[in-house]
Amino acid sequence: MGGIPHDKYEPKTKPEKWLHSRLPIVGLIYDTIMIPTPKNLNWMWIWGIVLAFTLVVQIVTGIILAMHYTPNVNMAFQSVEHIMRNVNGGWLLRYVHMNGATLFFIAVYLHIFRGLYYGSYKAPREVTWIIGMLIYLAMMATGFLGYVLPWGQMSFWGATVITGLFGAIPGIGESIQAWLLGGPSVDNATLNRFFSLHYLLPFVIVALVALHIWAFHTTGNSNPTGVEVRRGSKAEAEKDTLPFWPYFVIKDLYALVVVLVVFAAVVGFMPNFFGEPDNYIMADPLKTPAEIVPQWYYLPFYAILRAFTDDVWAVQFASFISGGIIDAKFFGVVAMFGSIFVMALVPWLDTSKVRSGRFRPAFRFFFWILAFDFMFLMWLGARPAYEPYSTFALIGSTYWFAYFLIILPLLGVFERPQTPPDTIEADFDSHYPPKPAE
Amino acid sequence: MFTKTLLSAFLALGLGTAGFAEVEEPEIEDIAFSFEGVFGKFEEEQLQRGLQVYTDVCAACHGLNLVYYRNLGDEGGPAMAEDQVKAYAAQFETFDPELDDFRPAIPSDNFFDSGMETAPDLSMMAKARKGFRGPYGLAFNPLFRGVGGPEYIAALLSSYTGEEKEEAGAILYENTAFPGGWIGMPPPLSDELVEFEPAHKNDVESMSEDVAAFLMWTAEPKLMARKKAGLVAVLFLSFLAVMLYLTNKKIWAKAKRKD
Amino acid sequence: MSHAEDKGSRRDFLYVATASTGAVALGAAVWPLVDQMNASADVQALASKEVDISNIEVGTQLTVKWLGKPVFFRHRTDEEIEASRNTPLEDLKDPTSQNNTKWESDASDVNRALDEDGKWLVMIGVCTHLGCIPLGGASGDFGGWFCPCHGSHYDTAGRIRKGPAPLNLLVPDAAFLSDTVIKLG
Repeated sequence: MGGIPHDKYEPKTKPEKWLHSRLPIVGLIYDTIMIPTPKNLNWMWIWGIVLAFTLVVQIVTGIILAMHYTPNVNMAFQSVEHIMRNVNGGWLLRYVHMNGATLFFIAVYLHIFRGLYYGSYKAPREVTWIIGMLIYLAMMATGFLGYVLPWGQMSFWGATVITGLFGAIPGIGESIQAWLLGGPSVDNATLNRFFSLHYLLPFVIVALVALHIWAFHTTGNSNPTGVEVRRGSKAEAEKDTLPFWPYFVIKDLYALVVVLVVFAAVVGFMPNFFGEPDNYIMADPLKTPAEIVPQWYYLPFYAILRAFTDDVWAVQFASFISGGIIDAKFFGVVAMFGSIFVMALVPWLDTSKVRSGRFRPAFRFFFWILAFDFMFLMWLGARPAYEPYSTFALIGSTYWFAYFLIILPLLGVFERPQTPPDTIEADFDSHYPPKPAE
Repeated sequence: MFTKTLLSAFLALGLGTAGFAEVEEPEIEDIAFSFEGVFGKFEEEQLQRGLQVYTDVCAACHGLNLVYYRNLGDEGGPAMAEDQVKAYAAQFETFDPELDDFRPAIPSDNFFDSGMETAPDLSMMAKARKGFRGPYGLAFNPLFRGVGGPEYIAALLSSYTGEEKEEAGAILYENTAFPGGWIGMPPPLSDELVEFEPAHKNDVESMSEDVAAFLMWTAEPKLMARKKAGLVAVLFLSFLAVMLYLTNKKIWAKAKRKD
Repeated sequence: MSHAEDKGSRRDFLYVATASTGAVALGAAVWPLVDQMNASADVQALASKEVDISNIEVGTQLTVKWLGKPVFFRHRTDEEIEASRNTPLEDLKDPTSQNNTKWESDASDVNRALDEDGKWLVMIGVCTHLGCIPLGGASGDFGGWFCPCHGSHYDTAGRIRKGPAPLNLLVPDAAFLSDTVIKLG
């Protein structure tokens, strides 16, 4: 591993040397745990640990649930209720897994918006950012697949609607949809493959997380000032950093446990708050629920999907240009995936030389509008698709794209940022002034 | 019967998507059930009364097939005595695939299915309906009052106006708690329909509440265990958080020049 | 004790206390992960079974499936009881009763039958050789059960007399709930 100079693991005893020359695993763990970390990280830098912890919780509870779950359309619903009623502590495991998904997405959104605010995506951390976006996509897929498994009404109709998105692709869409479903509609084949993939994807996420960590351990953490750690020498680096253990491990654990207090309260007292009552009705292909609402964490993108209807000029224009191949449905799908794609491109769209939003007043203004826009779209995603919500959704979607495609590139040119401190040490000392020399 | 289902599905569907104005949802009254809140517990007597209302009235059409007779003896539920559970189960016949015949049910069997095609199974009903939503899709009402399934059930059972109408060959009954206002189920309860032993208030409203509480238990039989575990976890993790706060402060003291 | 040492020990105490609290939390979280593999409530509910014996005629047998295995309920004739009781213990291949409710008892008929008169014999119908189901109906050389797989002969008390099986047929936990109902488990 490259990066910031620090004390590397040196095998001392004979057995240590023996192992180290064959498999330097102790060194790898040591160097990872003792990595020099900017000492001015604030409380928004805790979400990575929360996410890693949640991933482990989801995998462990998920493997256990799979011991009792039956992926068959006739038995899936009952087998989930079997877990809730008969399996020892099954209700706890299931509610933790169910609400764990919510915790996962709350944490990942805070993690992403922290990155957006402090410019964590900027060079040299573009690869970390891109891998992060891939993790996020894999999480969305996993969450969607998992929501189908209880085989409730919302599982079934959610799966029908979402796989319908792929059917919107001109020409080949319907074949792709049938390939995904294993038939003309959501049925047993769908449930079985979704179960298999839902089991597989988390391990893909684990691998991506390893790459994510590897990437930012190579470049070093970003930090609230956006100023890089000095790397001229070990002594210099040590003025800007502290080792991950124990400083940040304990800090992160403290933050994690505070988050878990809230999580325990949700699981204990309102485990169904984030769910949909309709999903406690067994799937019925002959009866559509009154309103099909995706899980809360998809709502902003669902709102973007629905925003682009036939009467939007951009849709009409695209339809005209393409000779009618691109219709409103396909346009919506492209917009939805595009909204995540532009976020993945942000390292190249943000032209400012200053990294952190802390020193960019104009950027901050637009950033907070974006954060509000995200919540606004989330709210709109659960509202019915008629006026005035349709117009609101169009405005919200437009701002989302404008922020990444227009505002960020232009801001770098026109904005007059403040001057960041010279070093991390200077920033830290301004918060915790050194004692006057005695 | 089938048309009735279709019709109610259609009505429900229309409610979600039709029109340009905000559709008015029936107002469901919040009930202070004993099982709500951090320390909430089911009342055994109420669950037993609810079971009786279910058995005497609802069971004629509605099944409860996710619940086992043995559950009636569970702690954190109706907690009936073993012989009572056995006697209760024995009233019903169940199909035994080993015998290839019907036999009287025993505690390890599950409850029967719905006897009527259009009558939904009630096992999960209290979790499959919401009483509270909004305002304006902001979820504050469910946050503070709960999802409101039991409230919805209680309201539904006690909100018949007495009006009837015939539509597409089926009789619909006006019910102010039902989305759409007209329901296919005739009013199931009337004052003093069920006699409790020992005697207890048996007007429509209190019977509705009793059966709603019972159905909350059938939908969430581990509710009491869950709240207890939640409370213990919150308290213990809070303590751990304080310990970690102090440890963290100590560890950073030197770096932050606070030692 | 110096001031610095005092501070040091207080700090160590805090660290140890925090680590222990964390360990307890972790342990509490791990227990449900282990416990979920134990038999679930629906399986446990099947651990005991009540069997109505009022329709079993003398000299016939009812076979009931219990915990995935066949259980024989034999209403024995007087001749069968007598034949069993008159068998000297020395003739038996397996001298122990194999009765789950009477550990360490010998294989005499009273230790195998459910009631004092010896009318009722309740056994798990799995041959102790390789797990086949022995044939009933006073079959085999000793008028009891005969396992067709490898030719094991059991007598009228279900004791192994001839053939490769090493043990007498096992007698499960069983008790009379009333004159006509036997509870297994």
